[in-house]
Amino acid sequence: MYVYDEHDRQLAHERVAQFRDQTRRALNGELEEDEFLPLRLQNGLYVQRLAPMLRICVPYGMMRSEQLRRLARITRDYDKGYAHFTTRTNIQLNWPRLEDVPDILAELADVEMHANQTSGNCIRNTTTDPFSGVQDDEVADPRPYCEIIRQWSTFHPEFAFLPRKFKVAVNASEQTDRAAIQVHDIGLQMVRNEAGDLGFRVHVGGGLGRTPMVGPVIREFLPELDLLTYLEAILRVYNRYGRRDNKFKARIKILVKALTPEGFAEKVEAEWAHIKDSPTRLTPEAVAHFQQYFTEPAYEALENASDQLAEQRFANRDFDQWVSHNVDQHKKPGYAIVTLSLKKTGVPPGDVSDRQLEQIADLADEYSFGEARATHEQNVVLADVRQDRLFELWEKLRPLGFATANLNTLTDVICCPGGDYCALANAKSIPVAEAIQRRFDDLDYLYDLGKIDLNISGCMNACGHHHVGNIGVLGVDKKGEEFYQISLGGDSHHNATIGKILGPSFAREAMPDVIARLIDVYVEKRTEEETFLDTYQRIGMDPFKERVYA
Amino acid sequence: MPNVISADGTIRQDNWTVVARPEDGESLDLPNEPCLIPVDLWLAGHEHFAGRNDIGVWFDSHQEPEDLGERANELPVVAVNFPKFSDGRGYSIARLLRERYGYRNELRAIGDVLLDQLQFMKRCGFDAYALRPDKDATKGQDCLNFFSQSYQAATDTDLPLFRRRAS
Repeated sequence: MYVYDEHDRQLAHERVAQFRDQTRRALNGELEEDEFLPLRLQNGLYVQRLAPMLRICVPYGMMRSEQLRRLARITRDYDKGYAHFTTRTNIQLNWPRLEDVPDILAELADVEMHANQTSGNCIRNTTTDPFSGVQDDEVADPRPYCEIIRQWSTFHPEFAFLPRKFKVAVNASEQTDRAAIQVHDIGLQMVRNEAGDLGFRVHVGGGLGRTPMVGPVIREFLPELDLLTYLEAILRVYNRYGRRDNKFKARIKILVKALTPEGFAEKVEAEWAHIKDSPTRLTPEAVAHFQQYFTEPAYEALENASDQLAEQRFANRDFDQWVSHNVDQHKKPGYAIVTLSLKKTGVPPGDVSDRQLEQIADLADEYSFGEARATHEQNVVLADVRQDRLFELWEKLRPLGFATANLNTLTDVICCPGGDYCALANAKSIPVAEAIQRRFDDLDYLYDLGKIDLNISGCMNACGHHHVGNIGVLGVDKKGEEFYQISLGGDSHHNATIGKILGPSFAREAMPDVIARLIDVYVEKRTEEETFLDTYQRIGMDPFKERVYA
Repeated sequence: MPNVISADGTIRQDNWTVVARPEDGESLDLPNEPCLIPVDLWLAGHEHFAGRNDIGVWFDSHQEPEDLGERANELPVVAVNFPKFSDGRGYSIARLLRERYGYRNELRAIGDVLLDQLQFMKRCGFDAYALRPDKDATKGQDCLNFFSQSYQAATDTDLPLFRRRAS
């Protein structure tokens, strides 16, 4: 994974000094509240319902064990001993004190971490597939390009005050999209053209929030070395022409829609023609420089441990289920990708204690070359585990609460912090997730239901990605009371689709029953091979509607 | 007279006045001192204003640098207005004037110009900053130099960090 050199270190420390100065001026009144606001947001600092909230950046989800240990220490020393993994693979602290934030940032900088641009109207953390570099169907490892984008976008002088926030995601797998790139402001799909050259298919103007949209393609093939100049052209067009008169119409998707994707693409291409050969154009040496940080770890030459695993799975049904759901195929023989579930019922999705962060660090050191990865589904991946040690790892995960074998099932809920923590929320989301998890606590039934994405957001900012859940739940406020609107048919993968609203919203107490009725319809109508989404696509909304509103 | 900070952080006062856009039906009233007039009016009255070294122009944040283009170099001063410091369009206007149209004379930030944006402005080609009068101009120097280097190329450097690393 990427390691800072002296330049990165210097910039990180200068950033801490800058924010320390800004915080001091804010506290002594030299900076007015509205002047400090974008400055603190660009350092991930919100003022929330109960306390400030600090969002720490985890670039494209990659973490080293020393970083996890430092995060654990920070949650203990400056917070209440726990943290929350977000859907942008970042980490949030819910109770830091404003005046402590510069010290927290200094502690983060020591381990090559920061909170730059985790909020505000600027370019946010670039995300990618948590299985990058270890799956066998990727066009190339996307992480060097994510790091290239991270550096280009960090303190970019022209794009620090965009009309609205701006999110970029990169995907490299040909078969799956675990980064949901089509619902990002820019989604980059790595591809090879007919000549075999590496490049990107460029989607622009996807997004969730108030006006959910799947991002159209504005360029089928962008050569890899042109990545940054093309991004700069897109951002410049957006910075100049994106709407600034109405916050709800300020995302790039509104501009793309207004100009049409073709019209928007023309403007970008015209701008790009001027700058494509500028010094911002990448060089093969630069790409190679970043690639050297993402080489393979010291894998041993192993055979697949098929016989051993088969025996262990046969002998232990719980282990068998865990392997089926939480373990994925690795490109190297003898290795496996393990996902630690942070979706144990009774624990807010994505929440971890200080001790758990340290346990993840220990497990990463022991089983996965000292690295762990955050996923946008709010779980944690150990990407390089030996197959012959899976059983041993599983036995360690169980008492720690990480072995819930529910990945991609109904109870692997994506969920924002909601009204319990977030000042923007219209409704709570964590209790809804928990009530549904309790209702569906029979693992066999969950496995029978198969793959279902249930996503919950406490407001239309859609941090819980409800629009792209097969079942999406949105908290709404009706005359001071919390209600929940359901949408069906959303999909965040290669065939990205925005879900359709089922009908009038429900009270919180009704939610487990409502979900159960939706599931009943699926169970009754499905054919043998169909997932929930397949059945919905075949039979449409009406049967679900009839059952729920009968 | 407002404090004007230079790119090196020194503070000066000068007598360039920003002339507001006249109301509909009103004519442009020029003061007896160097002044900056709306860029579209300068373009419309080009034959009248050309060659005067006491008249510059200002862009509002929605205006297009393309309209002035390479004629920018006929002007002693071009200003870009930040109606609100969080309106980032002025940064793009500045880079286009400098990098695309080769503007070489003074490029001044006016309007809601605060301390914490100065280094971004400098990197985008501004070399004079009419700081909002309630802000402390003596802090300008520090705020212009929070960072000793940068990741990207911009108006101030042709060498993004990835090119410096490779050399």
